Amino acid sequence: MKRWMIYVGLVVLFILHQDFWFWDDATLVFGVFPVGLFYHIMYSVVAGCMWALAIKFAWPDLGEDESQ
Amino acid sequence: MTPAQTTVLIISGYLALLLALGIFSGRFFRGTSSDYFVASRSIGGFMLLMSVFGTTMTAFAMVGSTGEAYRIGIGTYGKLASYSGLIHSACFFFVGLKLWSFGKRHNYMTQIQFFRDRFESNALGYLLFPILVGLVIPYLLVGLLGAGAVVKGVTRGAFPELFEVSGGSIPTWLTGLVICGVVLTYIFIGGVRSAAWANTFQTIVFMIMGVVAFLLISRGLGGFAEASAQATRESMVREGRMTQLEFFSYGFIPLSVGMFPHLFQHWLTAKSAKSFHLTLVAHPIFIMLTWVPCILIGMWATGVFPNAPSSNAVLGMMVGKFAGPIMGGLVTAGVLAAIMSSLDSQFVCLGTMFTQDVVVHKFGKDRFTDRQIMWMARGFVILIVLVTYGLSLLEPRAVFSLGVWCFSGFASLFPLVLAAVYWKRVTKTAAIAAVLVTASVWFGLFAASDFGKERGFLVLGAQPVAFIFLACLLTIVVVSLFTRAPSEVTLSKFFPKK
Repeated sequence: MKRWMIYVGLVVLFILHQDFWFWDDATLVFGVFPVGLFYHIMYSVVAGCMWALAIKFAWPDLGEDESQ
Repeated sequence: MTPAQTTVLIISGYLALLLALGIFSGRFFRGTSSDYFVASRSIGGFMLLMSVFGTTMTAFAMVGSTGEAYRIGIGTYGKLASYSGLIHSACFFFVGLKLWSFGKRHNYMTQIQFFRDRFESNALGYLLFPILVGLVIPYLLVGLLGAGAVVKGVTRGAFPELFEVSGGSIPTWLTGLVICGVVLTYIFIGGVRSAAWANTFQTIVFMIMGVVAFLLISRGLGGFAEASAQATRESMVREGRMTQLEFFSYGFIPLSVGMFPHLFQHWLTAKSAKSFHLTLVAHPIFIMLTWVPCILIGMWATGVFPNAPSSNAVLGMMVGKFAGPIMGGLVTAGVLAAIMSSLDSQFVCLGTMFTQDVVVHKFGKDRFTDRQIMWMARGFVILIVLVTYGLSLLEPRAVFSLGVWCFSGFASLFPLVLAAVYWKRVTKTAAIAAVLVTASVWFGLFAASDFGKERGFLVLGAQPVAFIFLACLLTIVVVSLFTRAPSEVTLSKFFPKK
């Protein structure tokens, strides 16, 4: 995984954030979470996973400081 | 003892415990200004996560989010929390790591030291100092107002004879005074190291207590499904509550973390680059764990209190109604923990900026002893706290609205730090022009919104931050292209050849 893939991932997640498809939907997921909220809860989990991938595959080279 | 007095006792016990922890953490203080200001750059991954997360979560996250969800529904989570999960970590990854690396290599303690070096300009430092301090003050105000509102809500009727005017509640002026006193005490003892310890403890407390409040309130409403069934339909959708353009434009606000001076200082405390790993991954998850209970409580409140007097009071009212006095006190302690875990970092940061960016910069680092510098930092913090405290007595403004304006100011300056880190061609003149333009546009729009009184103030349907940000970005790019590039010495310092 290269650094540019993080940029692509960021753009894709930014687009997915604009969830106009649940804009007026009051369906309750598990009877508790409105679907517009549930979508964004899952989104937060996916964001955490993306940063885990960034650490594993696209960690920046900070020169000598990194080893200290 | 009445239930409200029991709540007061629990809150007091929590504050005493926090004070004891602050005094204990002071035993690890090494007595140097470097330890006071950046904890000798020795903070590991777990404490970095807790201190960075605790610092970014304040009254805005708990009191403000519950009140805003009550007012405009679940869209509150998307427009701030889930955006923040993505963008905060992006700022840590693309900007924070670089700044940590520069800070370690060139021994920076403040953001302004970096900007002065990067742009070869003393004037830029003197220009930025009052602007950054001026933007931190509303942030502090958000904390004091939030604390006052919540404590007032849960202590109603506790001391009817003593506090007749506030209906027996602990008045907001007293809450503000006690909160400032506790935080000032522990940061005066150990500086940023004590702040990191206190933040770790307080972050654990507010996350646990948020979940506890959520469970108690849902039980009081007959279970999760029953609670959601009682909420209004309007609170479950975004239609009619905000436009898609407004929702989109909120994405600029989380960029503020790239310019918060107190977060910059926390980044510098990291022991190594690897200390950032946990922060990057866990930050979005922690935001979710903190915000979701508050959003649902705000949504449920639409069915419980159809006409709450103030959105700031909603969390306190729900806790007061559904949690017993002991749990009510513990949950309130959690809210205060979230607030104080930001105040402490901001206090330390203001002291650091004053001593390093004004005093030491002007008179040289050998003019004063370490001890004198630390006392000057404390003196400046007291001055700012007095100003903020005075404003908190005059300003019963909505926490959320004030927070958005404050964050918008920092977020709009983000192009400055991004260009400083990644663009060799950005110039001193462009940086100064960008700060002036940003400050002017921000102030003009803030004034147009009647200084935050007009809630929901938009420009062409979007959050003002989008336009202030663009003004800053355009100024940086255009002015840089027409002015003299930085010297080779500076470029080799910040963009060394591999």
